Amino acid sequence: MAQPPFTVIDDGRVLEVADTEGVALAERAASAGRPVAIDREARAAYLGVAARERARVLATLEAPDFSLPDLDGRLHALSAHRGRKVLLVAYASW
Amino acid sequence: MWQALWEELRDAGLTVITVALDVSPEAARPWIEAARPTHPSLIDTRHVLADLYNIVNVPTILWIDERGRIVRPNDVAFGTDTFRHITGLESARPIAALRAWVRGEVPGLAPEAVRRHQVLPTEQDQLARAEFGLADWLARQGRAAAAERHFARAGELAPHDFTIRRGSLPRRGIDPMGPRFREMLGAWTGAGNPYYRPLPE
Repeated sequence: MAQPPFTVIDDGRVLEVADTEGVALAERAASAGRPVAIDREARAAYLGVAARERARVLATLEAPDFSLPDLDGRLHALSAHRGRKVLLVAYASW
Repeated sequence: MWQALWEELRDAGLTVITVALDVSPEAARPWIEAARPTHPSLIDTRHVLADLYNIVNVPTILWIDERGRIVRPNDVAFGTDTFRHITGLESARPIAALRAWVRGEVPGLAPEAVRRHQVLPTEQDQLARAEFGLADWLARQGRAAAAERHFARAGELAPHDFTIRRGSLPRRGIDPMGPRFREMLGAWTGAGNPYYRPLPE
């Protein structure tokens, strides 16, 4: 019987790997200074982005680009609006 | 609100992009359908924007200039005065400042000022976001008990981060306007911490 997979979520990508490989990926990310949340019982880990990387980019004052969907699923990138001033508003229903 | 501002200022060169940090498109849909936006109105179910810009509460606004540079970092601004009696924050001044910037009457903040006002994420903040990311994935898999451990851990790591603490409530089946939120808010503000942190001036 094959073992149930271990899920690693790395920068939005979801990988299904063997247990030992999942734990090894998490350990490697942690030793590279990345934030890692792991749940061995639930067999899943999330590899985040290091504070120093986020801080480095923000300190350049270059607005980090992103691409997100609207209600119809169409993707919009911030960078498509170069040449105009942009008001970026984060809000929520909560 | 933001739609009216976009209609007013688009010919002056402004693009408005709104991003809902909600659990699903369906959770954001009533708000979006009521606003009938003709500007990009986006949905960020995984808090991609919060991670990139260190957004710790809503609403958060930023100004980005024609070259793609941040000229006003994370600030609090409401499109209307609907919640003024609760927040104590009026919408008129931030909107007047935005209008003046778009029309070229005043420049954005100078780079030194932007950097002075920026709050950069700490290692603990990013670990909290990783815990939130794991919790959210587990919740979407229907593994509520495992998710709960990591939502709780995320909130402990970043007690000031209400995109995590309050934003996680609907993902955990808890009313984000209900007693759990009021208790969270009361403990936070009762200890002398502000819930909203608008930029000075």
